[in-house]
Amino acid sequence: MTIYLIIFLTFFKIGLFTFGGGYAMLPLIQEEVLTRGWVENADLINFIAVSESTPGPFAINMATYIGNTMGGFLGALSATLGVVTPSFVVILFVANVFEKFKTNKIVSGCMTGLKPAVIGLIGAAVISVAETVFVAGKEYGAIFADARFYISAAIFAVMTVLAFKKVHPIVIIIISAVIGIVSGYLI
Amino acid sequence: MKLFLTFFKIGAFTFGGGYAMIPLIQRETVETRKWISDEDILEIVAIAESTPGPIAINSATFVGYKVAGVLGAACATFGTVLPAFVIIMIISSILREFGDIKAVQYAFDGIRAGVLALLVKAWWNMYKKSPKDSISYAIAILSFVAVCVFDINVLYVIIVCAITGLCSSLIKGKGRKESESK
Repeated sequence: MTIYLIIFLTFFKIGLFTFGGGYAMLPLIQEEVLTRGWVENADLINFIAVSESTPGPFAINMATYIGNTMGGFLGALSATLGVVTPSFVVILFVANVFEKFKTNKIVSGCMTGLKPAVIGLIGAAVISVAETVFVAGKEYGAIFADARFYISAAIFAVMTVLAFKKVHPIVIIIISAVIGIVSGYLI
Repeated sequence: MKLFLTFFKIGAFTFGGGYAMIPLIQRETVETRKWISDEDILEIVAIAESTPGPIAINSATFVGYKVAGVLGAACATFGTVLPAFVIIMIISSILREFGDIKAVQYAFDGIRAGVLALLVKAWWNMYKKSPKDSISYAIAILSFVAVCVFDINVLYVIIVCAITGLCSSLIKGKGRKESESK
């Protein structure tokens, strides 16, 4: 029972402190889930790819996946409920005081601080992902001796160009996977 | 029931984050069902952005509530969550089954570099939409440094940034009358 309660509360906290859509949740998931050792950063990044290629909101996909890893079906249920509950309660409340909320100076004031904060926090999350992709716990000298470093760098460079050319994320993931498989067997 | 099915459909066809969902919500609830108006959609997006929680869930709850009260909100939220939940349950068990195969590991070695590219692009999109004044830049840079260099807990950074934003906008708006501060 307790593990489900911990999962629920952790994701409740993540849901409560997520402002904005999409990857705004990623820094919080890293903070709460990686530090607890529930999953590793590499698994988390793998799962971002899964989440991009399956339907459903990123937040729900992530919660279900991490919950399932931790505690099977009930774990997934606890995590998903946890992440949804704060939104649900807050929105029900806000829907009733909608007109006041829209022009509330405190809310809009907080948002002027939160919007740029999310930019900075996602930036930090990107750095930590880059660290996992390129460094992966190796010592400084060993990083550049590994052929996989150069393959990862090449994939990253090409895919960044494709992403900015508005190629669909799923296509980018598939191309990356194919390059990964081919180069993995060649080395 | 209709709410559940409509949002089930929306949830099942949304790829990526919450913003990807907005056009679908708009088509299904404004054009097809005529439950709400176009202006409502804009307001819902504004609300979803400034309340905690994923945008997708916030929007679903809000539309559900507007159409059919608390029960409607529950149906819409449940409908949005269910497709993702089922699909991910299946996929994570498949991954666990095949995760040890060499080819799968190689594929994910490549995919992780690709995901990094996607994240950089997503970050850039958010940056382009963000306000470009000196306070915003300072908050963004400081929160980046706080987490990246000093390893400060993300939750504290979020709380401090909210308070900072509040203080700075209250100081700016001091001259104006605060008729709606309650």
